[in-house]
Amino acid sequence: MKQYVILGNGVAAVGCIEGIRREDKESAITVVSKEPYAVYGRPLISYYLEGKTDLERMKYRPDDFYEKNGCTVLYGKSAVKLDTENQQVFLDDGTSLPYDELCVATGSSPFVPPFEGLETVKNQYPFMTLDDALALEKAVTPSSRVLIIGAGLIGLKCAEGLAERVGEITVCDLAGHVLSSILDETCAGIVAETLEAHGIRLMLGDSVTCFDGQTALMKSGSTVEFDVLVLAVGVRANTALVKDAGGKTERGILIDQKMETSLPHVYAAGDCTQGDELLSGQKRVLALLPNAYMQGQCAGINMAGGKDVFDKAIAMNAIGFFGLHLMTAGCCFPKEEGGETHEEHIPGGVKRLFTRNGFLTGFMLIGATDRAGIYTAMIRDQIPLDTVDFELLQKTASLCAFSAENRRKKLGGVV
Amino acid sequence: MKRVYVNEQWCLGCHLCEYNCAFANSGETDMVKALKGKPIYPRIRVDGDEKINFAVSCRHCTDPICVKSCISGALSIQDGVISIDQSKCVGCLTCVLVCPYGALSPNGDGVMQKCELCLQNSCGEPACVKGCPNRAIVYEER
Repeated sequence: MKQYVILGNGVAAVGCIEGIRREDKESAITVVSKEPYAVYGRPLISYYLEGKTDLERMKYRPDDFYEKNGCTVLYGKSAVKLDTENQQVFLDDGTSLPYDELCVATGSSPFVPPFEGLETVKNQYPFMTLDDALALEKAVTPSSRVLIIGAGLIGLKCAEGLAERVGEITVCDLAGHVLSSILDETCAGIVAETLEAHGIRLMLGDSVTCFDGQTALMKSGSTVEFDVLVLAVGVRANTALVKDAGGKTERGILIDQKMETSLPHVYAAGDCTQGDELLSGQKRVLALLPNAYMQGQCAGINMAGGKDVFDKAIAMNAIGFFGLHLMTAGCCFPKEEGGETHEEHIPGGVKRLFTRNGFLTGFMLIGATDRAGIYTAMIRDQIPLDTVDFELLQKTASLCAFSAENRRKKLGGVV
Repeated sequence: MKRVYVNEQWCLGCHLCEYNCAFANSGETDMVKALKGKPIYPRIRVDGDEKINFAVSCRHCTDPICVKSCISGALSIQDGVISIDQSKCVGCLTCVLVCPYGALSPNGDGVMQKCELCLQNSCGEPACVKGCPNRAIVYEER
């Protein structure tokens, strides 16, 4: 019998629990949950504000999930110190938990730059957790003027969630276009048009110089009056626990393909990690829900004595705003590195496939997202383009582009 | 476990499976009432070109990436069958982004749908298989 401890209670933790239980049905699992809630779909908080889901439906697993999986969850607690020599972890209530195998799935925290005068803003919120969403919900009225700092995924989903609940929304970002981490300027332009058509004011290439109560003075010289401020500038991986214990960290906790950290019996999974990215061959922070689950599951299997690797991590996002759906995956390598872009013109949208050295390395799709997983799988599985009808694939994601033999395997057997 | 398989050399590309699927999942007892004059959202899709046709529906993967990627926990696997709780789905399309077979699609109401082997509807066995005129689609253990 082993004693498993999981720090964190998000999707990576669920993956870890389910991974452990593939191998070990008996041993006890203890989950340390900072938030006082059973696991919920974190990206759903904007859909909650939008009224597309509710607290009951946000539950990521059924109510009996922990019980069925033999888990004890310690709610409202977090780990403060890791003692790898004696294999125990200290919690903020002064107690300690011994472990045989530990998984650090502590996620990330909002990063707040030192804005001058930020302390004078009474109503300010991050947008990361259910409690943030609930607090924001309480703070806004139908006439509220909301200023959101950050036009990334978090800031814009927050804007969409609030759009029907408040008087006006302004989103500003230092970057010259929205979603600058995943979109280029033209694609971002299409998204920006949609946002503006729904009454969201964008101030791009602009940032706050200082706050004074309910006024933000912008670098451009203009001012924004607001009632509620949302800080969605960015996030940082929660690495302190592992770092302080002498483990290797950079922007995230460094992990190998088995999800092992540099510390013995300590694994890590999810947004707190920095692991191998498939296409670049570099270690990257890929704070995305699917990767969190898959990393967690891989960690769990290995913690329980099984053998698993997760070596297919790529960036991938499916995101929508007011009915406009966009998807991105992989990387677009520059021309100098052999990267090529194949663009298909579609009305009101964009379809771009990125290739390099005879392989699909990424895509950017707006409006034409049907069966995009066929592309994603080609990236993840590194399918050579000379084995498929790439001309057809540029037009449509279809299994027709594969050989009959390949299709026989896909559609004629257990996969 | 039994799954739906397509033998593409026998598929005529008649699209009957799509209609039978849409009907079986419509909750209606009359096919005309269920489908006539309405856009249909089948969970099986016939794909192909001039030479070859084949129907694609959920493969019910043994280690399903859609379930692992679902942001709301709407997709789950139970006894090998992958199903979706549409009340939990928010229509983010992450499952579409990851499914290697293109087997998930919007249902017309902003949430996703997929083949559940007709285990949840009144048909009781895959309607696509039952109605396939050339027995190109089969429901069997492989």
